[in-house]
Amino acid sequence: MIVCGTLLGLLLLLVLVALFVGAVPFTLSDVTNAIFGQKGLASIILFELRLPRIVLALFVGASLAMAGACFQALLRNALADPYVLGISSGAALGVMLALIWLPHTSGVQAVFGLFGALATTGIVYMLGFRHGRLMSHSLLLAGVISASFLSAVIVFLMTAMNSRDLRSITYWLMGDLSYYTGVPIGLVIAAVLAAGALAWLQAPSLNAMLMGEQEALAMGVDVARVKLLTYLAASTLTAVAVAAAGSIGFIGLLVPHLVRLVFGNDYRILLPTSALAGAAVLVLADTLARSIAAPTELPVGAVTAVLGAPLFIYLLRRSSEA
Amino acid sequence: MSNLDTTATDRLVTLEARSLEFKYKQARPSGADRNERQTAFELGPLSIELASKEFLAIIGPNGSGKSTLLNLLGGLVTPSSGRVSFGGAELSSLLPRERARRVAFVRQDTPLAFPIKVAQFVMLGRFAFASPLGFENAKDREMVNWALKATSLERLANRRLDEISGGERQRAVLARALVQEPELMLLDEPTASLDLNFQVDLLRLVRTMVEDHGITAVAVMHELNLASEFADYLLLLKNGRVLQTGLPAEVLRRDLLEDAYGVQVAIDRNPYSGRPRVSLMAGRNP
Repeated sequence: MIVCGTLLGLLLLLVLVALFVGAVPFTLSDVTNAIFGQKGLASIILFELRLPRIVLALFVGASLAMAGACFQALLRNALADPYVLGISSGAALGVMLALIWLPHTSGVQAVFGLFGALATTGIVYMLGFRHGRLMSHSLLLAGVISASFLSAVIVFLMTAMNSRDLRSITYWLMGDLSYYTGVPIGLVIAAVLAAGALAWLQAPSLNAMLMGEQEALAMGVDVARVKLLTYLAASTLTAVAVAAAGSIGFIGLLVPHLVRLVFGNDYRILLPTSALAGAAVLVLADTLARSIAAPTELPVGAVTAVLGAPLFIYLLRRSSEA
Repeated sequence: MSNLDTTATDRLVTLEARSLEFKYKQARPSGADRNERQTAFELGPLSIELASKEFLAIIGPNGSGKSTLLNLLGGLVTPSSGRVSFGGAELSSLLPRERARRVAFVRQDTPLAFPIKVAQFVMLGRFAFASPLGFENAKDREMVNWALKATSLERLANRRLDEISGGERQRAVLARALVQEPELMLLDEPTASLDLNFQVDLLRLVRTMVEDHGITAVAVMHELNLASEFADYLLLLKNGRVLQTGLPAEVLRRDLLEDAYGVQVAIDRNPYSGRPRVSLMAGRNP
């Protein structure tokens, strides 16, 4: 409780800082004026551009980190991330198809992206279902193969795109909060809260499943049910995050591991702390992406990857020495 | 087959397996008809009766069906025919949580996906008693402390499971089973890979649980002499069939063991306990 409170406080502070920082820097008086109803450039930038983007970053970061932690438990694999089962590739394919077929219709990309993610979720689930139960190994294999198949289709489609679309879709594939696919932010928030709560309810069972399925079953865990619900929760979190912001890398892999190092592997604590930390990391990365090369914006996925990869290697070496 | 009830007449049977059969089928690897399946493994039919405060050891060569029998007895696997009941309830039809409040498994420790502390690991045994979000109460903590003490793991409570020795981890697995407050404890080669002193410690602890806490115990055991010393009854399996069941002296017979294992053995008595002792007759090439 104290831990979550502290993290929440840090997160709010970070959001405030993120509001001030950007291509157009603001002073305290600009912000207070904007808050107290003075319409103008400041209020437009703050409340119509920056704040929605920060809120999106918060919830996308939270959902990616929780999805990563869930997939790591479900697949019993420390290297699992939200994208390992190809759900992100399905979403990306959907968004691209919308961009090619219906380039000028707003909201279509979001619908196609969500549909692509959900279709992939369903297909991978069916492929992973053998001998009447969900097998982690089959699921992982089916996911990895689906991901590479879909990536190949994406590359084929990219050859057919004009250069402007190609540029924006390439950024988006890397993960980009500035490219808006039209997913309503309310939907993102609702999905993250609902799926996050569903995942959290599985936390005690996920703890038991660290020992393996047979042991968890002997402990009294309804393994089949827990796997199904965890898969559903993690897939929903991934689908919404990717449809909204592309495949932002490393948050789903790195944040749960960072949290594991600090707070241990108890999923009752790991899931909420991962959500808060993921939100904080993505807001921070997006603020950097907006301000490092301002007024040019970097894709936030590139920022998380550039910062995340060395950090990950450092952690890996540190934990193998310990 | 009810020659287990050879002792006192006031035994109250708790674990009861009746005409238990299990068939494991496998698709033919290269058949023309993929739906055609062949029976790859058959266990039983067999019957077992065991009372509380009794310890049965299942022995037999690799692949004879020992672990499968253990899973059947614990209700983790549904039999092809026949039934297993414990305390009057059919275990395989119970909800996982209800079953886990009566039956605990102790297997060889398997690596965790992510390491946790010893005390947290033992606490996982309280899963079946916990509220939906699984936050533990005073009773849970009390049980864990008791189990840590019973398995001499108190000073390791805050160490990570991957930092302690194999023998200590195996004791943690036992402690985790103890906090389930089981009436039936099923152990699958609990002493494999342990040093002799830990093997004896662990089996003494199981005996204590059986005698002082009225638990019924069934253990798959490799080491025939340990089985002879610690178990009340033995059950000898070969290729899924029961060769013999009964008191150690009735099962550890030269003809039966040579049939089951295909090696020459000699049987005498342990000079200290008086229980049957198995020795190999052909240790080295002549």
